[in-house]
Amino acid sequence: MREEIVQIICESLTDINEELDYDSLKNATESTEIYGGDDGIDSLSLVRLVTDVEMKINEKFDSNVLLASEKAMSMRNSPYRSVSNLADFAMGELEGNS
Amino acid sequence: MSEVMIITGTRKGIGRYLVDYYLEKGFTVVGCSRSPMDKEISGYEHHCVDVADEKAVQNMVREVNKKHGKIDILINNAGIASMNHVLLTPLSTVNNIFSTNVFGTFLFCREVAKVMCSKKYGRIINFATVATALDLEGEAAYAASKAAVESFTRVMSREVADYNITVNAVGPTPVMTDLIKGVSDNKMDGLIATQAIKRMGEYEDISNVTDFYIQKKSEFITGQVMYLGGIT
Repeated sequence: MREEIVQIICESLTDINEELDYDSLKNATESTEIYGGDDGIDSLSLVRLVTDVEMKINEKFDSNVLLASEKAMSMRNSPYRSVSNLADFAMGELEGNS
Repeated sequence: MSEVMIITGTRKGIGRYLVDYYLEKGFTVVGCSRSPMDKEISGYEHHCVDVADEKAVQNMVREVNKKHGKIDILINNAGIASMNHVLLTPLSTVNNIFSTNVFGTFLFCREVAKVMCSKKYGRIINFATVATALDLEGEAAYAASKAAVESFTRVMSREVADYNITVNAVGPTPVMTDLIKGVSDNKMDGLIATQAIKRMGEYEDISNVTDFYIQKKSEFITGQVMYLGGIT
């Protein structure tokens, strides 16, 4: 399941990067930084990414997870920092949702 | 392919009218209310949903998007009112009003806008009321809830503008629906007297504004609250 989530996030990042054209987002992998680091995307792109990933995950796993939840916003280590962090957070939410 | 529209609060009143009106115009209309519709309407899809139930709203929006592949228009019509003096208003009444009018509007806006963002197109219409502009006595909770909707509409319109989504509101005068059935004739006459155009609102007055907001040419109109009857 985690691999599928990572793939979803990377695909969404690739889609968004068609407009952004950031070198750091080309060929996104689990270790790719998303938000908050030196190579991260802007906040508007983050909204689009989180929304896109959330929709795809809910469709694929027939779930109702929220990736922009209070929990996500208040975590000490932001789940939006990297593909890996977001995948971990989504996994946790999916497990709690089932 | 016809435009896909979600209307909330469709079982009766303005929502019920808008279902027939937009079906007639060729839109794909999906609606919801807490209870089932009184009768089947050809071409119309109904969901039994409490607009303040986050999971139910998420499910409905996901199902509509899955089935139709897009959601072009959202009309947040569902609303409740309660006419009462502040000193006689139970907290539970205020909770109910805010749950439906504010939280329900918020939830549908949030979930539908996610779909619209992915398509980079959308038209959202929320329902305000002249009771807010008029500071109507006896409608403190209702008017305050709709004031929240107005503010929410303006802020959200800025947040989603980059996605070619417009967010506007229509503020009807009293229209003969269940929402105002408890209001006395005297009070209604007094209210109508404050309008520039002194008559009750008609359903067609509302669809005239929704038509304006949803047309493609209205892409430069967002964050607006349009009151009917000459109220400013």
